[in-house]
Amino acid sequence: MKAQRAHFAEPLQLRSGAALSGYDLVYETYGCLNAAKSNAILVCHALSGHHHVAGHTADDPDNIGWWDNIIGPGRPLDTDKFFIVGVNNPGGCHGSTGPATVNPATGKPWGSDFPLMAVVDWVHAQARLADLLGIDAWAAVIGGSLGGMQALRWAITYPQRVRHALVIAAAPKLSAQNIGFNDVARQAILTDPDFHDGHYYDHGVTPWRGLRLARMLGHITYLSDHGMAAKFGRELRGGNVKFGYGVEFEIESYLRHQGDKFAGYFDANTYLLMTKALDYFDPARETNGNLAAALAVAKAKFLVVAFSTDWRFAPARSREIVDALLRNGQPVCYAESKASFGHDSFLMVDDYFHGVVRAYLANVSR
Amino acid sequence: MSTAFERPDFDVIASWVQPGERVLDLGCSDGSLLKRLIETRGVRGWGVEIEDAKVLAAIANGINVIQGDLEGGLTGFHNGAFEHVILSQTLQSMRHTEEIVSEMLRVGREAVVSFPNFGYWKHRMDILNGRMPVSDRLPYEWYDTPNIHLCTIADFDAFCAKRGITVKERKVFDEGREITEEHNFLGSLAVYRITRE
Repeated sequence: MKAQRAHFAEPLQLRSGAALSGYDLVYETYGCLNAAKSNAILVCHALSGHHHVAGHTADDPDNIGWWDNIIGPGRPLDTDKFFIVGVNNPGGCHGSTGPATVNPATGKPWGSDFPLMAVVDWVHAQARLADLLGIDAWAAVIGGSLGGMQALRWAITYPQRVRHALVIAAAPKLSAQNIGFNDVARQAILTDPDFHDGHYYDHGVTPWRGLRLARMLGHITYLSDHGMAAKFGRELRGGNVKFGYGVEFEIESYLRHQGDKFAGYFDANTYLLMTKALDYFDPARETNGNLAAALAVAKAKFLVVAFSTDWRFAPARSREIVDALLRNGQPVCYAESKASFGHDSFLMVDDYFHGVVRAYLANVSR
Repeated sequence: MSTAFERPDFDVIASWVQPGERVLDLGCSDGSLLKRLIETRGVRGWGVEIEDAKVLAAIANGINVIQGDLEGGLTGFHNGAFEHVILSQTLQSMRHTEEIVSEMLRVGREAVVSFPNFGYWKHRMDILNGRMPVSDRLPYEWYDTPNIHLCTIADFDAFCAKRGITVKERKVFDEGREITEEHNFLGSLAVYRITRE
């Protein structure tokens, strides 16, 4: 596959009241759209994801898609049966219009002038991509974490255009604890001396220290205590403590490595924007906090999956979605995997989770 | 899919539901009963199942299955959300027997409970002969049985009476045939239709 680019000239009206004058979306497709255009699945990405969901490009065999383990020929999202679409959301930093791309009004990168986005704004942008591809209704919209929130939002905002919503490791809204973690991450970036009010591009620097800290913190919340203990325990790099502040424990080495790697390629403004989209997500806000009332308009059938070791969006959060659907008498399946990788479990090879998605989608393609 | 002979309670339950009604099957396994009720009776069905393999099978069967533990009650299920709540041959293996019955009658207008009758004559014979009963309906040895709350038909009647639960109907079977007299002696399987109304 090869990344494609589409330009949308019509302004995108945003939940904030602002508008995005025009924008590009970068996307990839896998498999074939059938004649009835009824076999399309949209894969929504989470905080750090993008359009490259599976496979690799000919020129870059090491650049494997972020959800390649579940998408491909014979895999649960079977590209022999389905036409899979991955898209980088606006505000992202993988090719679609975002804070690091050039603002046509100034000729300089948008930086912090880029409007903050809400999940519903992404869904509207994705709907325009669906129009462009000639897809009236998705066979399924699927996503994990923030991606799952987009699937949920799709089912509410475009009920006629989603036949199945697969909401994985998500929540109907963030808790105070979730928002608290996000704000610490944002503060790390916002207080970095190289942040320059979000216009760091003009200064030839990036607030990589802040972004690195944000990622390290985030990473802890993606893993489970048990999973971290099993993988790192209290293992020391050098065999003995050195009574200093260098890397001593394996977990320190791991987190610093993850932080460095991430800060090397991800855009800090996108990180800020994504965490805000998470914080703002609350579809029940339109129905006085009543999630069942918000979901009542949905026509989709739902598959909700949670992971028992996920404490970021614990199974109880997924059950809020399930219970709201049950209250309305809507069709829903709910599975809870015991995978040990915490929130990140949805990105891992987990036989049960993959089996559930495979079994569910087998009925979708039938 | 189980045959009518293996699960005569399936036929009875099918005769008790009406098209369009909402049915919740607790411990729904692979969703066979729900699938049958949906296909032959036109109900809207949901199931609860705890075991991964059975949840997977129910999803493959196209059933709305919610993975969860009945021992925790039916938290999350709304009062009166279902016309029928079914607990098929599971009551005897539950720890929180009273709680699940009361939860079923909270979320459902009516509950259907089936269980192996411990008062069945062959079981009584086994006891008289000094051994724990092992039969088609109770296929386990005493040391490996999941059945920790076995009861007789008379016991269950008393249980309902004491709690103000109305028995709307009771069907009793042995070897796939309905028993019309001496239920507690001749029946190996009991199917109750109970309500608080």
